[in-house]
Formats: sequence, C-alpha cells, structure tokens
Amino acid sequence: MMQMPEPDPTVLSRRQAIVTALRDAVAGAVIDDPAETRAYECDALSAYRCAPLAVVLPRTTDEVARLMAICHELGVPVVPRGAGTSLAGGAMPTADAVVIGLSRMTDVIEIATGDRLIRVQAGRTNLSVSGAVDGQDFFYAPDPSSQLACAIGGNIAMNSGGAHCLKYGVTTNNLLGVTMVLMDGTVVELGGPMGEGPGLDLLGVVCGSEGQLGIVTEATLRILPKPPGARPVLIGFDSSETAGACVAAIIRAGVMPVAIEFMDSPCIRATEEFSHAGYPDCEALLIVEVEGTAPEIDEQLALIRDIAVTFDPVEFRESRSEDESRRIWLGRKSAFGAMGQLGDYICLDGTIPVSALPQVLARIGDLSRDYGLSVANVFHAGDGNMHPLIIYDANAPGDLDRAEALGADILRLCVEVGGCLTGEHGVGIEKRDLMTTQYAAADLEAQMRVKDVFDPNWLLNAAKVFPLDVSASRRDARPNATPHAA
Amino acid sequence: MRPDSEAALAETIRAAREPMSITGGGTRLRPGEGQAPRLDLSALTGVTLYEPAALTLVVRAGTPLATVHQMLAAEGQMLGFEPGGEPGSTIGGVIAANASGPRRVQAGAARDALIGVRFVDGQGEIVRNGGRVMKNVTGYDLVKLMAGSRGQLGALTELSLRTMPMPPVRRTLCLPDLEAADALPALTAALVGPFEVSGAAWLPDRGALIRLEGLEGSVAIRATGLRDRLSQHGEVAEVDDDPWPRLAWPEARDGDGDLWRIVCRPGAAASILATLPRPVSLDWGGALIHVRLPEGELPQLPRFEGHARRVTGAAPMVLPAPDPMTRRLDAGLRRKFDPRGIFLGAD
Repeated sequence: MMQMPEPDPTVLSRRQAIVTALRDAVAGAVIDDPAETRAYECDALSAYRCAPLAVVLPRTTDEVARLMAICHELGVPVVPRGAGTSLAGGAMPTADAVVIGLSRMTDVIEIATGDRLIRVQAGRTNLSVSGAVDGQDFFYAPDPSSQLACAIGGNIAMNSGGAHCLKYGVTTNNLLGVTMVLMDGTVVELGGPMGEGPGLDLLGVVCGSEGQLGIVTEATLRILPKPPGARPVLIGFDSSETAGACVAAIIRAGVMPVAIEFMDSPCIRATEEFSHAGYPDCEALLIVEVEGTAPEIDEQLALIRDIAVTFDPVEFRESRSEDESRRIWLGRKSAFGAMGQLGDYICLDGTIPVSALPQVLARIGDLSRDYGLSVANVFHAGDGNMHPLIIYDANAPGDLDRAEALGADILRLCVEVGGCLTGEHGVGIEKRDLMTTQYAAADLEAQMRVKDVFDPNWLLNAAKVFPLDVSASRRDARPNATPHAA
Repeated sequence: MRPDSEAALAETIRAAREPMSITGGGTRLRPGEGQAPRLDLSALTGVTLYEPAALTLVVRAGTPLATVHQMLAAEGQMLGFEPGGEPGSTIGGVIAANASGPRRVQAGAARDALIGVRFVDGQGEIVRNGGRVMKNVTGYDLVKLMAGSRGQLGALTELSLRTMPMPPVRRTLCLPDLEAADALPALTAALVGPFEVSGAAWLPDRGALIRLEGLEGSVAIRATGLRDRLSQHGEVAEVDDDPWPRLAWPEARDGDGDLWRIVCRPGAAASILATLPRPVSLDWGGALIHVRLPEGELPQLPRFEGHARRVTGAAPMVLPAPDPMTRRLDAGLRRKFDPRGIFLGAD
C-alpha cells in the first residue's frame, strides 16, 4: 500500500480562515462542503482516496493566480486537477490540500490553421481540441485512451501519449507554449513559435512534471492536417516472439505506420468474449494502421504484407471497408472494458526496448504463475510501451497487495532490460516508491532541484513523483511545516 | 582541457576554480560564448549502442556529426531533425544548440529526437535522465531541458537519440520566381494541406522550395496534388539537385555583417520581412528567418510573438528582451545546476 504524508495540523486547524480567504479572492469558485469535496477524493487510481480541505474551480488565469498567491502566503499545499483521469494518482489530494480544478476553463482562445496551432484553456478535453478544428480538416494528434474525458492540462502534466504517437509523438512533441501560474501566484509564458523561447527549454521540463512546477492555465498546441484516410490490418501469430520480431522488421523496413498495437492470447480471448470482434484464436496479434490516400495505403500495406508473410502469420486480415476497419479496432478499443469483466485490474505502463519484447513477455508469464494472478498484455508495440493488466479481486483480502507486488516486479523487469517505469501514465503516487530502481540519488536530486526553483516551499503536489523519504527533507523544510510528517 | 572520459571530465569540473566554456567542435559558438578557457569534449567519442530495428542510437557527445551521419546512412537511417554543421561539428554540440534543420516541420527538433542524456553538472556530479526508449515519462524530462541549454547547466557526455528510416524517394518542388514575402502563402498552402511536407523553405537564388519524402507511389500522388494546389501561387517546377543541406546549416559564417535568426509565427513573417533587407533564407514555412544586417545594427521589428537573436557579431543580443519572470527561472536553474558559476555561457 502507498503511504501518504500526515496532513499538516497547522493547516487543518486554520481550515475556516483558509476557505474564507479563498472565497474572498474568487467568489463562487470554492467548494468546502465535505459532501461535495468527496467527489474530488480520488482520480482513476481509485484504490486510493482522501478528501481535500477544499476545492476551487476558477475560470481564468488571473483567478488561478490569486488563489495560488493566497495558498502560498498561508502555507497551504495545492493539488492541481485536470479532469481527474490520472491512472497514477497524480490528482489525488491530501487532507491539508486545496484542489485547484480546471473543469471550468474550457474555452478556445484562438484557432490559426495557417500557423497550424490552437490555443485553449487547459481544462478543455483532449477530444474537444480536435473537435474545435475538425471542420477545418485539422486534428490534435496525441490521443490517450481517456481522450473523451481527460483535460489538456492533465495531458501536459503527464506528457500523455496514445495509440498514434509512433508517428506523431507524445504531448511534448505537440506542445508549443503554455501560460502557467507558479505557486507564488506569478504568471509565466513559456515556449513560443515552434515551441521555442529565447532561453532554456522550460516548456520541455514543465511538460511531464506532474503538476509539481506550476498550474498550466492555457496551452498552445500544434494541429495537423487530417490524413485523407487510414486503414488497419490484423496479423495473427502462433507466438509472441514471432509477433515481436515482425514489429521490429516493419519498423526496420522504413514503413512508418501510425500505430502498431499488440495483444496476447489472454487479452485476445477476453476481448473476443466481450466484444465479438471476430479475432482469430491465436497466441498474439498485431493491429497495424497506416494513413494516406487509398493508393498510398495500398502501397504501404503491400510492403507490410511482404514483411509479415516471412514470419508465417496464422492470419493476415486487411480491412476492405469502414465496417471491417471498425471491427478490427473494436476488440483493441474494448480491451480494458473486457478486462473489467474478468475482475478488478491494475494497468501497468512500463516501456521496454522493442528488441526485449519476447524475453519480457516470457518473464511476465513466469511471474504471473509465481503470484497466481493472471496478466493480460495489450500495448503500443511500435514504441515498446507495454500495458500489462494484472487481474485481481478487490474483495479478497491481500489480493491488492499481491497484485501491487507483482506489478512492481514487472516494472523492475522493464527497467532491468533497459526500459522505464512509465511510458505515458506518469509516476504519481503509484510508481513513486519505485523511482530508485530507475534513478540513482544524484539523478533524483537533479530533478528535485528543478522543483526547488519553481516551487521553493514544496507546496505543489509535493507528495508525488519522488519517494517520500527522498523528498522528506525538502517537504519538511516548508515554513510552518510539522517536521517528519511523513 | 580535453578530458578523455566521463570520469576525467567530472574530476576536471570538480577541480575547476575558474569559469570554463564547454565546447564540442566549436563550430556554432555565438556572441559571448567560448570566451573562457575551453572545456573541450571532443575526445568523448564512440557509439555505446546502435539498434537500427529499435530506431535507437546511444552515442558519446564528442562524436563527430559526420561520423553519426555515415554510420546511420550505412543502415539506411538518418537523424530525422536534419542537423547541419561543418567539419568538426559534434553530436553534443548539435544537441546543446538544439540545432534542427528543415525537416523540423514534420519530424520535430533535436530536442524531440533526444530520448536520454548523461551529463556532468557544475559540482562534478554525473546525472542521468531519460533512457533509450522513446516513450518515457518517468520523472522530470531533463532531457528537453538539456537540449538547447548551450553548456549552461552541464557538460553532456552521452546522448540517446531516436533515428529515422531514410525515405526511399525524395522530391523537391520549387516556385523559382517568388520573392521571400510572396513565398509565404505558398509555403503555408503546402503545409496546411494533406501532403506531409518534409521541408518548406525559401532561398534567394531558388525561390520557394517544398520537399516530399516517402514511398515512390505515395510521393508521386502527393506531388501531383501539391503542384495543383501551388499553381495559383506561381510557376511550379521540380529541382534536380539537393538544396536542403544549405538550409540545414543557415548559420554558416561566410557573409558580411551580423547574422540574425528570427523565430516567429508564419502568419507574422510578412510584417517582419517588410522591416528587413532581403533575407538569407526562410525555413519552417516562414517560422524561421535568417537575415544579415550591417555590423552592430539592430533590426526595427514590429511587435510579434517570438524572438530575434544575433548569432554572429560582437555581443549577445535578443529582441525583445526576455521577460523577467522566465529570466528568473533560467537564472535559478543555472544556480542550482552550477552553483559555483563554473560554466560560462552567454546571457
């Protein structure tokens, strides 16, 4: 089980005064009724919950700045929240924290298709950014699977990815600038045209900093012309090793698919039962999608077919219609829902070098047997970003602990083969205590120094990302903080 | 000083008492840089790992850029961000300058291809960030912070880069009659259409240049569509040589006066060009302008989003002056990573 620091009693005891100060600063934005703050007690990592001291829902950068300045002055911790879809606990509050939520900041500020950019308030959902430029035949490329609900501010905090980032990159590669409020209420503009400012690449380090450096209130995003069309193929294999080798061969050959998705047999069977997508019953399958006009798609798929046949696939199913494309994607897109039918699950997010795929899948199988918990694998194979799903029973005593222990072993394995703990979900509280398996003390110290500059008192989302014992001296140095609160 | 290992470099930095200028090949120094005794990283050479099937290259920072180009080309790959340079340019220098060529409009900048770093900070501490996989959000992204930091935060020792397959076919359309300002609408039209343009630039002796890359059939289809789209902007032809290396190295030190580099929104480029003499080049669809001005002269620019920097000449100069809040953050980071002020850089 993850630990969280004890709430600061000197903050809790001033609860009423803090709420009043926030209310005086921004009328109509403060929620402090415990029946209502409970809605903010967790994000999508719902095994961990804690209602905050209060929640504020500002509408403008200026309001965020006023609220932050008050929290800073009163020494109150702040937890930023986009849409609360973090799988890592990035938006989970502590009892002494004020949650600053972006849900009322959803405006489009500017669309400039000639400059290929859109500027939005950071509470706008990912999908509605694409929606705002759809009529002009543009789209915003990063597409995390929560894109219907997740906020751009959260995407920036976690540097979110998605299925199509093999070709288009992740959030950081599609972010041109932000307006951000620092913990002391200072407003800064980072980035610029082409994402480039005159000094250090502060935008680059803010993206993916998990809401620990500031609250992003507005973002300028790169938009791209929509491709004329896209078409997937489904390729089935009788072993995961062969499927992995085929992925490497496709990439090596210079075709650049927009997505290469991988599912193993436990996942294929579960999704087939759930969605009846018509998948072959095989050990592993790939969904490879390419884009372009019809003849361009044909050209790419012919090349992929030539490569795939050398791996003796048990099935090569090329979509011939919109409906067939939809059916090929159906199982993949309902995979998480299908897993939910099998029980509760933990979704991991480690990344490995593509070359280590067969070895890692075999070791995960061994670990799964050792722990007596089933693991299904569904992931973005083109970039090595795995999503092993560990199935457990939340009502069985000890099952969650066992599932977490298995998860930690799988993530250690990812690091051991040259990969990392998290490819697109973020560290949050979930992987916080594993950070020392990937990074040495000096590596973590260098990262914490960045936070020292942006948030010297460590008030902003401070119990995340870094193991609590590693960040303790900084958090305890907070003015008025209770020492050794962890 | 020219240490030949990361450990020796760390020792040199720990022992340093006076400011030093970190350099690779010293081919892209700007005003104010390289003034202190050099800490020369060009002896830190060699490839740690190259896995073409994973599009991954891990290389020590002093490795010549030309060596990297050759090694990748032998496997049919390249650096997607198309960095230019001169003999002596190192891969570390490319990264420290975030040097990115014409393909930035399609494939991103150097900082986008960089997936891991090792560096030595101002206390002589060895720091690692990122790794060798392209999707990695484990902890803060110091990789991006180090790219383009021009030796102000640390001495880069090893870099992990995402490589790209070399496209089998490459074709360049041109509109030779267009002057810089008239080229802007044509470049924009190319970039906003479904053509997957991999270069959109202008040169004084070539006019507007637009590049398409990919599989043969695909490039042919897109070239036809693009020609059609561009015909309203002027006479469209196709070039039979390769003008792009010139654009990848716009900071070549071979002209009179001071070279200025302006980054702006393409939509603002016309009003900026109206205040300038004929530029040396435009790239990135008009978002990047290089222009020569008489020595010491400052451009009289309109208010615009972006910045202009003098890249050759006597003294460092950025217009408009960076705002005090971001300067404060920059200075704070420099103090944290280099508390003794050992790494001399231009402000």
